Amino acid sequence: MDARILSDITSLHNALVARVLEGEGWASSEIRRGAFANDGLAEPVRTFVDKVAHRAKTVTDADISTLRKAGLSEDEVYEIVVCAAIGQATRQYQNALAALSAATGRT
Amino acid sequence: MRLAILDHGHGIRTKAMFILIRVFSGHPVVDAVKLALYRPSFYRAGGLTQEAMRGPSDWSVADRELMAAYVSKINETEFCVAAHTATASLAFNDGAKVSAALADLDSAPLTEALRATLRMLGKLTRENNIDAADIRRVLASGVSEHQIRDALAVAFAFNVTDRLADVFGFAVDDPAAINAGAKYLLARGYR
Repeated sequence: MDARILSDITSLHNALVARVLEGEGWASSEIRRGAFANDGLAEPVRTFVDKVAHRAKTVTDADISTLRKAGLSEDEVYEIVVCAAIGQATRQYQNALAALSAATGRT
Repeated sequence: MRLAILDHGHGIRTKAMFILIRVFSGHPVVDAVKLALYRPSFYRAGGLTQEAMRGPSDWSVADRELMAAYVSKINETEFCVAAHTATASLAFNDGAKVSAALADLDSAPLTEALRATLRMLGKLTRENNIDAADIRRVLASGVSEHQIRDALAVAFAFNVTDRLADVFGFAVDDPAAINAGAKYLLARGYR
């Protein structure tokens, strides 16, 4: 077994996800979880979160205005974006780790 | 930035620090720093990014900075491409190699191990999925299982950061500020 100290982001990743989903914030837990999962959200948040997850480059000022006009504060928008970004990157990361396990036969 | 809170919503100590940064660096505070210091009890990804980019690994700091630039190029995130192209160029002491890798991965003067790894990170970033065959190709190029894990950690960090930079509308700094930022990231890291 390799005795060197090797880096591992698992615990940091778990802590980050717990912080943004369960930590102190303005957006409801349901909205934060929905943004993370890109699932189970009502409009206009649903369309916006899917854009953050899959086409972040194309987000415009108008997209933010739509959320603000729907009554969300800037802090709620901030939290929704952070949860959506971490959620999509987490799905990619876990997909790749599963591919690594499949390739090596180890978990 | 698209949310005023990210420009002006920081606490008084952080605002005072921004003034010091402006005075001593001679550059405006970059948007990535404003984001990192906004409500740090909520997002605070610096520790994870630091571990991925500077933690113990068989990849060099330069290799990992190139991975960050490459993932950001696939996401078309101008701010992060500029910042990490500059940081990787400085870390390799070879800007031509970094430019070549970002322009055409197949012909760039890289080890096969790094090339195969960047290709895998590119596919994951673009398509959100990779499979065991993609991983086997990277292993066959001489990359260890742990190096794959380390590269995936870099991709995770930048697939988050790129989305935030694009959605919040990070301004791309002028070249002098970008180079100052690159020197800072090599000297001090991401914390």
